[in-house]
Amino acid sequence: MGKVGIIGVGQSAFVRGYPGSIRELVFEGFKEAMKDAGISVKDIDASIVCSAPEYDKQRSPAGVFAEYLGLTPQPTFYIESLCSSSSTGLKTAYALVKSGLHDVVAVLGFQKMSEISSAESQERMGRGADIQWESPFGTMMPAYYAMYARAHMEKYGTTPEDLALIRVKAATYGQINEKAVYRKPVLLEQFSDPESPMSGPVASPLRVGDCCANADGSSCVIVANEEKARAFGRKPVWILGIGAASTTVNLAGRDLFTGLTVAHRAGKEAFKMAGVGPKDIDVAEVHDCFTIAEMMAYENLGFAEPGEGKELIRGKETYRDGSIPINVDGGLLSKGHPIGATGGSQIRTIVLQLRGEAGDMQVKDPEIGLVHNIGGVGLYGNVTILGR
Amino acid sequence: MAKKREMDTRFSKFGTVSFTAITKVNDFIDYLEEGSVMATRCTDCGMIFFPPRADCYRCLASNMEWVAVTGTGKLVTYSKLQYAPIGFGDDLPYAIALLDYGDCKVFGRIAASVPEDEIKIGMDMKTVANRLPDGRLNYVFEKA
Repeated sequence: MGKVGIIGVGQSAFVRGYPGSIRELVFEGFKEAMKDAGISVKDIDASIVCSAPEYDKQRSPAGVFAEYLGLTPQPTFYIESLCSSSSTGLKTAYALVKSGLHDVVAVLGFQKMSEISSAESQERMGRGADIQWESPFGTMMPAYYAMYARAHMEKYGTTPEDLALIRVKAATYGQINEKAVYRKPVLLEQFSDPESPMSGPVASPLRVGDCCANADGSSCVIVANEEKARAFGRKPVWILGIGAASTTVNLAGRDLFTGLTVAHRAGKEAFKMAGVGPKDIDVAEVHDCFTIAEMMAYENLGFAEPGEGKELIRGKETYRDGSIPINVDGGLLSKGHPIGATGGSQIRTIVLQLRGEAGDMQVKDPEIGLVHNIGGVGLYGNVTILGR
Repeated sequence: MAKKREMDTRFSKFGTVSFTAITKVNDFIDYLEEGSVMATRCTDCGMIFFPPRADCYRCLASNMEWVAVTGTGKLVTYSKLQYAPIGFGDDLPYAIALLDYGDCKVFGRIAASVPEDEIKIGMDMKTVANRLPDGRLNYVFEKA
């Protein structure tokens, strides 16, 4: 069996209040990926649609998109793992291609979040946790991650300022990413300025500035077998390693609150499959739904020892010109987090980086990149390693 | 005509807003009414489950007995919310937390009577059945 390559990537701009329906939103990411790959709809053998269904009025959106994108009569289906849906879609596409069942598969991620209020959105996302035993207490994603932040601070002396520095970095790159929803700079001082929205309390110790922005968006990743990938002529980026894991939904079933076990396990698997280690990674995208999530990712993926993640951000090592550039597209914090589209957008960023097409965000000559995409409160974890 | 089957929806009384009405562990609610917070224990293998469950995945059996969550647990971590999901705004501010009892952990809320500056990770707390002002039921963590 040959390698599996990514031959096209695309995403819509991530925005508040997309002025169109979900099929039109999905078309934007698809169009960019198809033009990137230089292929036509006849070349796609199957499509996989990824989102978090609690936002969708449309039941079974795969069929609607297949029709709108001209991907009928080829097979299409829907897949979900909350915020990691589209990297789960990529893993599934890899399996379909690697098995020889299909030659070319399109992974379509999307979410249209802005039709409901933020408080409604918190309630729906909160239902990605244990609705029987946790949600009745009034839980929401920021509060769960805040519990991890509290434990991390207690054990390792991580400070709210360390977390704020991660937001400052995200905003540095959000400003230069034309696809990002949040294009403004963020200064550390804003976190201690009661007049700044960044300092607003959400769930202690996390503040508004520690939380990613909801957005509407779509992404598309087109995967092909080695023969087709080479034949289409675009320089393919190869999938070198894939790892995935799960843990208990209810926090009561977990033992670790200073890191995500799914990220550690998925990372280990992906590194083993790719035959590389954390030191070989030249550029990474990690799931920074909250600042603490990026801090834990540094440690769970082996870029820093447990408790040492703060040194990476204090030393600006995760900036574009640092030793391990991370989220130099603005991350979820500034680029925005349209749930089902996020994993595909992260993959797109790394593919562009490895091709040397990332513009102002370009890291110097990267050969191997990593994508860490998490679903729920560290419930599902996918780590994907890509190489030229 | 067949008589309409009565549904046992006791669990809909759990918490500020319940998202589950029917479960095989509905008796949890009756115990809460009586002031007890209960876990389940598999009578085949002895494993204790909190939250309580009806089925043991190890034994592939459903032989459970109720056991009280007693004594004290250590506060693992917590967060105080200043912003709430829809339906919980009137409860603000409130803190969610996790206690470690050794053989199980309990996820819940810290009692509103505990001042935030007295909350310390590692402190001993107990889980207490609680009736909300509107008559609904949950449990809260109090200082031991």
